Amino acid sequence: MKWHRISAMFLRHIYLYRHSLTRLVEIFYWPLLDLLVWGFVSLYITRLSGNGEATPNFLGIFLGALILWDILFRSQQGISVSFLEEVWARNFLNLFVSPLTIGEYLVSLMLVAVFKVVVVFLISALLAWVLYSFNLFMIGIYLIPFILSLVILGWAIGILTTGLILRFGQQAEVLAWGVAFLFQPISAVFYPVSVLPKFLQKLALVIPASYVFEGMRAIVFGRTFPADKLLKAFGLNVIYLGLALVFFFRMFKQVRARGLLAKMGE
Amino acid sequence: MKGKDNVLLQVRNLSKTFNSFQAVKSVSFELYPGEILGLLGPNGAGKTTIIHMLLGLTSPTSGEIRIFGMNPLKSREREKILNRMNFSSTYVAMPYSLTLRESLTVFAGLYGVKEARARISYLIEQFDLKDVADRPVRTLSSGQMTRLNLAKAFINQPEVMLLDEPTASLDPDIADRTRSYLLEMKQTKKMAILYTSHNMQEMEEISDRLLFLHHGEIIARGTPEELVSRFKGQDLEDVFLKVAREVRP
Repeated sequence: MKWHRISAMFLRHIYLYRHSLTRLVEIFYWPLLDLLVWGFVSLYITRLSGNGEATPNFLGIFLGALILWDILFRSQQGISVSFLEEVWARNFLNLFVSPLTIGEYLVSLMLVAVFKVVVVFLISALLAWVLYSFNLFMIGIYLIPFILSLVILGWAIGILTTGLILRFGQQAEVLAWGVAFLFQPISAVFYPVSVLPKFLQKLALVIPASYVFEGMRAIVFGRTFPADKLLKAFGLNVIYLGLALVFFFRMFKQVRARGLLAKMGE
Repeated sequence: MKGKDNVLLQVRNLSKTFNSFQAVKSVSFELYPGEILGLLGPNGAGKTTIIHMLLGLTSPTSGEIRIFGMNPLKSREREKILNRMNFSSTYVAMPYSLTLRESLTVFAGLYGVKEARARISYLIEQFDLKDVADRPVRTLSSGQMTRLNLAKAFINQPEVMLLDEPTASLDPDIADRTRSYLLEMKQTKKMAILYTSHNMQEMEEISDRLLFLHHGEIIARGTPEELVSRFKGQDLEDVFLKVAREVRP
C-alpha cells in the first residue's frame, strides 16, 4: 500500500465536492431530512402515549404510509430517472433529432411512471398482506383518489427535477433521488400535521400529499375524511403540474438557445 | 439538377453566439437532391454547431434556415422536417440494455416506419449487423455502434441526411462499404447528404462540393479539385493544413 496513491484518490473525491454544489449539499441533506422525519415520528408516539390514548394501529399507519409514499417517489422517478437513462446511454440526441415532440416525450415518461407505480403498488400491497397481514385495500374507494393524487404530485416533482437536470446538466442528477424527500417532512407521511411546528403546519397546507396521508390515517383510525380536502389536494396538484410544465418548457427553450441540449446528448 | 425550385436545404446568414463567443458567422449555403456537401474545417470551426442548428437542437442567434421549404424552429414544421430527415454521429449511442433490433424497433416507431420489421432486417443486413442483432447494445464494439447509428439514420429513408463524422471509428473495410452505400443512396434515391469528417481522403472521394469553415466562417467553397487548386495544395489534406495554419487563398 502506498500512501501517495491513497491520498491521490482521496483528493480526487475532495475535488469533486469542491466543484459540485449538489454533492456538497447532499452531505447535509439526508441526515437533516432523517432527523426531521424521525424526530417528528418520535414526537408523535410520545404525545400519543402521554395522552393515555389507546395504542393506535401503528402497523396500518406506518405500512400504509410507506406504501403510499413509495407511489409518489416511484411516480417522480418514473420521469426523472427515465430521462437520465437516455442521458447516460448517450441516446438523448437521437431522440430529439427524431420527430418526437417534447410534449410526446413527457407524456411517454408519465406513462412509464404510471407503469412503475402500478407494479410497485401491487407488489408492496401483496407483501404487506403476506408478511404483516396488513390489508391496504381496507382504505376502500378512497385509495383511488389517494393514489391518483400522489401520482400527479410525483409527475410534477419529476418534471421539475428533469427541468433542473436539463439546465444544470449531469451534476444535478442527484436531484432525481433527493427532491421528492424534501417534501416528506411537511407531507406528514408518518405523523399527523398537528405534530409539526406551527410554521410548518402552514406549509403542509399547500402540499397535496399531506391531505392524502391525513386521509389515510383518518380511515385507518375508522374516522371519515372530508371530500373537500381531497378536492383541495387535486386543485393544488393541477397548479403544481401546470407550473412544473411551464418551468420545464422554459428550461428546454433556454438550453436550446445555449446549445446545452446537444452537449447533454453527447 | 440545381435550381431554386428543388433546393432541399437552404441556410441564409446563419449566426450563433454563445455569450461573447461567435461560433458561426453569417453562413449561407444550399443543399440539392442527390448531392453530397462536405463541411470541412479544424476543430471548433463551427461544423457541429451548424448541424445542431439545422436539427433544431440549438437555436440560431440570427439568420434563416429552410428545409423542404419549412422552418425547423417552428415546432410543427420541425416535426414534418424530421420525418423526412435523419442524423448520425459517432458521438451518440443507443440505450445500452436494449438489443440492437429492439433499439431499431423503437426508432422505427418514432419515425412511423411502415413494415418496420422488414426495414429493420434490411438495414441489419446492409450494415453487416446480423451476428449481433439480438445482442444488447452495451456489448457492441465502437465500430458496431457506429454502424447501428447509421442503420438508425437510414430507418426512415430520409431525403436529407446529416452525418457528423460517421466513419470516425470504422475500420477501412466497413468505412469503404459505408461510403459506397452513401453514394448508392445519393445516386438511386437522390438523397442529399451534409457530411463532416476529418478524413480528407474520404471528403475528396465522396463530396460533390465542399465548404471550408474556419473560426465559424466559410472561407472557401467549391469542388474538391477547385479548392485544391485555389489553395495551391497537393491534395485536400494539404489544403486543410494550410487553412488550419491560417493561410488564406
